[in-house]
Amino acid sequence: MERIPILRMGNYLLVTIQVDMHDKLALTLQDDLTNRIIEANAKGVLIDISSLEIVDSFIGRTLANIASMARVLDAETVVVGMQPAVAITLVELGMSLPGIRTALNVESGMEYLRETVEDHEESDGDFGDSTED
Amino acid sequence: MAISGTVQKTETVPIVSSSDVVLVRQRVRIWTTEMKFSLVEQTKIVTAASELGRNTLEHGGGGSLELALVVNGARQGLRLRFSDKGPGIVDIALAMKDGYTTGSGLGLGLGGSKRLMNEFEIDTKPGDGTTITTIRWK
Ligand SMILES: Nc1ncnc2c1ncn2[C@@H]1O[C@H](COP(=O)(O)OP(=O)(O)O)[C@@H](O)[C@H]1O
Ligand SMILES: [Mg+2]
Repeated sequence: MERIPILRMGNYLLVTIQVDMHDKLALTLQDDLTNRIIEANAKGVLIDISSLEIVDSFIGRTLANIASMARVLDAETVVVGMQPAVAITLVELGMSLPGIRTALNVESGMEYLRETVEDHEESDGDFGDSTED
Repeated sequence: MAISGTVQKTETVPIVSSSDVVLVRQRVRIWTTEMKFSLVEQTKIVTAASELGRNTLEHGGGGSLELALVVNGARQGLRLRFSDKGPGIVDIALAMKDGYTTGSGLGLGLGGSKRLMNEFEIDTKPGDGTTITTIRWK
């Protein structure tokens, strides 16, 4: 079956959407990401949509579902690289992508994830389960 | 009919599976590029086509898209006509409302694609299918 690859980098999962996804492929990605977050105990998910020429209400909802599912599993999500024409169209379509963190590119997306995950770990420090300095 | 113009060229795309919705997006993209719409306009038209194509599949049980180049005086436009033989829409005003859905969607497809296009017309009869005709003028 056709799948979108998910790369792991330490505590983070990286997805680059390079194809025009049909709806079932988007749902498969959502399921695969859920499983990988659990398996890898991931703390952050970065989704690069710079190759996507459109985001319609289905893809928008899939991204929002991924973000809220990740949050339940204690992982942050950031969507990076949305093309300006796509952003303009989404607003007119009526989708504001609530609850989705966006960043201009992969670098600033990674930076956001690192900062948020670190802050999170510091405030979790009372439980003493972290050995990082 | 409110939507008029002389038809210069047409193409039909069947819509029977979710990969056909991808094909709809690709064909509409090619037409908008050939007609030299701006990138933002192309994105709006392809997004509207994706929403309406999905509706044809999910709510209409499948059907087709007819693309047409229409000319009205000095104006040139891309007309998209989605037709199905599905259950039809009982209350059009309600269906057009943002957030209204009888399925599991977000209910933004009809209202949103009307905003993304210039003309929008629904022809439907309960039990007798739905035809949605929409134009974006250059
Ligand atoms: N081709 C169609 N045939 C029958 N009903 C339709 C069709 N297109 C839209 N509808 C009805 O209009 C509602 C709103 O459509 P839309 O705005 O695209 O939202 P969604 O697809 O998310 O439900 C649908 O839930 C459905 O009841
Ligand atoms: Mg819809």
